[in-house]
Amino acid sequence: MSDLTELTAHNPVEQFLRMDRIPHIWCPGCGIGTSVNSFAHALIDAKIDTKNLAIVSGIGCTGRVAGYVNQDSFHTTHGRAIPFATGLKLANPKLNVVVYSGDGDLFAIGGNHLIHAARRNVDIKVVCINNLIYAMTGGQTAPTTPGDVVTSTNPYGTYDPSFNLPYLVEAAGAVYVARWTAFHVRQLARSMQEMFAKKGFSFIEVLSPCPTLYQRRNKMGDGLDTMKFYKEVSKVRNGALTKDVALTKSGEITVGKFVDRERSDYRDLMHDQLFESLGDDYVETEACSCQ
Amino acid sequence: MAKGTVEIVVERCKACGFCVEFCPTKVLALSSAFNAKGYHTPYMVHPEKCSGCDLCGMYCPDFAIFGHKQPVAAKETAAAAPPPAVSEAKEEQDAR
Amino acid sequence: MHAEAAGVMTGTHFLDGDHACCEGALAAGARFSAGYPITPSTEVVERFASRVPTVGGTFIQMEDELAASIAIQGAVWGGAKAFTVTSGPGFSLMMEHIGLAVMTETPCVFVDVQRGGPSTGLPTLPAQADMMQVRWGSHGDYEVIALCPNSPQECFDLTVTAFNYAEQYRCPVFVMMDEVVGHMTEKVVIPAPEQIEVTPRRYTTIPPGEFLAFHPGEDLVPDMPRTGEGYNVHVTGLTHDERGYPDMTPAMQDKLVRRLVDKIKKNADKIILYEEDQIDGADVVVLSYGITSRVAQRAIDMARKKGLKVGKFRLITAWPFPEKKIAEIAGKVKAFVVAELNLGQMVREVERAVAGKATVRFVGHAGGSVHRPEDILQAILEVAR
Repeated sequence: MSDLTELTAHNPVEQFLRMDRIPHIWCPGCGIGTSVNSFAHALIDAKIDTKNLAIVSGIGCTGRVAGYVNQDSFHTTHGRAIPFATGLKLANPKLNVVVYSGDGDLFAIGGNHLIHAARRNVDIKVVCINNLIYAMTGGQTAPTTPGDVVTSTNPYGTYDPSFNLPYLVEAAGAVYVARWTAFHVRQLARSMQEMFAKKGFSFIEVLSPCPTLYQRRNKMGDGLDTMKFYKEVSKVRNGALTKDVALTKSGEITVGKFVDRERSDYRDLMHDQLFESLGDDYVETEACSCQ
Repeated sequence: MAKGTVEIVVERCKACGFCVEFCPTKVLALSSAFNAKGYHTPYMVHPEKCSGCDLCGMYCPDFAIFGHKQPVAAKETAAAAPPPAVSEAKEEQDAR
Repeated sequence: MHAEAAGVMTGTHFLDGDHACCEGALAAGARFSAGYPITPSTEVVERFASRVPTVGGTFIQMEDELAASIAIQGAVWGGAKAFTVTSGPGFSLMMEHIGLAVMTETPCVFVDVQRGGPSTGLPTLPAQADMMQVRWGSHGDYEVIALCPNSPQECFDLTVTAFNYAEQYRCPVFVMMDEVVGHMTEKVVIPAPEQIEVTPRRYTTIPPGEFLAFHPGEDLVPDMPRTGEGYNVHVTGLTHDERGYPDMTPAMQDKLVRRLVDKIKKNADKIILYEEDQIDGADVVVLSYGITSRVAQRAIDMARKKGLKVGKFRLITAWPFPEKKIAEIAGKVKAFVVAELNLGQMVREVERAVAGKATVRFVGHAGGSVHRPEDILQAILEVAR
């Protein structure tokens, strides 16, 4: 065992974290920290210039990611990280804008904004930690919660049909769609790396345990049990049809990269149209800066 | 001499068990010692099997452990030694 | 600093208030707007959509007002001056993000071209019934700056002022127009760029690593970091310390929220704008703002012709409310007549400031049409007796 002064080497991910705020608030066995770990590895492997990296998150357990990463980070309102990120990116296109938020934040209250940003193919990268629940507020049903599980607002078991996130996001227009679990640390880091290099609306769903609420209430064990469950029932099917990757309470989890296609991103579409209509009168600016 | 070793920041660990479970060569185990928050933290029970792959580090949700390759000429590090007994660990913690 | 020439349409124009407001934004340096169509405000952003590609900037029509009101804040942090426009129902949707702008000290401008409410109300007809909403609509304690133009010329001028206040005090600033001012067409003189004073963003000169993002200056306003320059700024709507890190304790809550409130309150004397005329020696003072002030002027003229000593007080900033000035006047006059297009909003502030030292007579209705001068005159005659 060693304390910080005795370490013979430093964890390279620490450079991406606000170490003055660690330890973080996430529960033992929560997968959000693991996903941030993968994110940091992706930043290293992709050799991203983190000066130009901006992280935007919403509200929820995953929303707290913005507060722990050591980049320009914006902890905005519930469901509205994506429109904030849209404004940020359009005003300052040199920024690499990543939205890091949870399933409830992005798909319930934020659902409308998500589909429109995907439709427009705004060049932002969305990492969605899907723990199938509203964790921060105590374990309420989310639009991703599978049927027949107990939550605090469905104490007798859920009956709402749930979203198939990759299917939804592909249909809305995303150019990159992948799903991994917190178990798939290496593949997740690789997907994140690919996402950084991709131009256009990119989306990665990361299934994560919520041991304190989702798993505990449903007697599904702790975080480690869930990670072992992911290992056991996940099947990597790169290129699978997103309509076939819906999740159930204990059924197979299809993971992999499902969509990787080319579409003009929003800024290119805008510029092309304005240039075509205005010709020399069009004043194309790199950024919208005020000074 | 093992190819790799791990660094553990004991006070950050929440004993989730990911590192212990997913180490490919089963180097780690949760010790009977515990940190100030009461979590049983991991230690290298088979240090000689460590390859320095850092899979433990990649899994850790709390950034409390990471693995790396040993420099070739390095001496045995403290991390490779077995953990002190519970009472000794407590004394160590009290002294900090 | 002076306005950037590209955004200034210098000259004498015949424009309606909505269009003049857009020109004011451009002159002030706005190069980003996100909006959502809502009568009677839509023309502001329609013009911006048409103008900004030839000036250099971006307009995006968002999917709703919730998106528009936060997209502009993202753009501000990206480095742009940004604004959005709306009317009652959209304004209601924007309330949460007004609070975000207050809490994160994001300089931005919201234009509300008021119409009859509540709810869908009268989309094409005027009211001035969002005046308390602009002050109190978001949750929590905060202060706002709100300006009320009464002509297309003022729609231009006060929009420039709004942007300047926003940058100076790092807060959201509101331009409270109404449907008549927005849709009336009058002469608007836009000066040369060198004659338009524009407040630059208060970017810090302190390098990254040493800079505390929310450490206030002498005027209680912090300087702003640039995104993408290594400041690693953290901006959160949670109660936070000077680093910007969440610090959710009662002590920090009190410290931060008081500063956000005091930022406006203690600088109120530098912010408040009003127009007064013949207050000295007046028996009755007519207080009004926006389009109602145009009608009130007619009523005041009619009353003066009858020999009455009537003063005029026009709010240009409705918020902060000029309570000290009103209290001072209350000691010297018999009565105030407050005319507004609602069932009693700013009149409450007048009553509060007057504190019983004079009569306060309200003349209003629920909206849909401007006042008739006769109604205001009648009130003046009654309280003058």
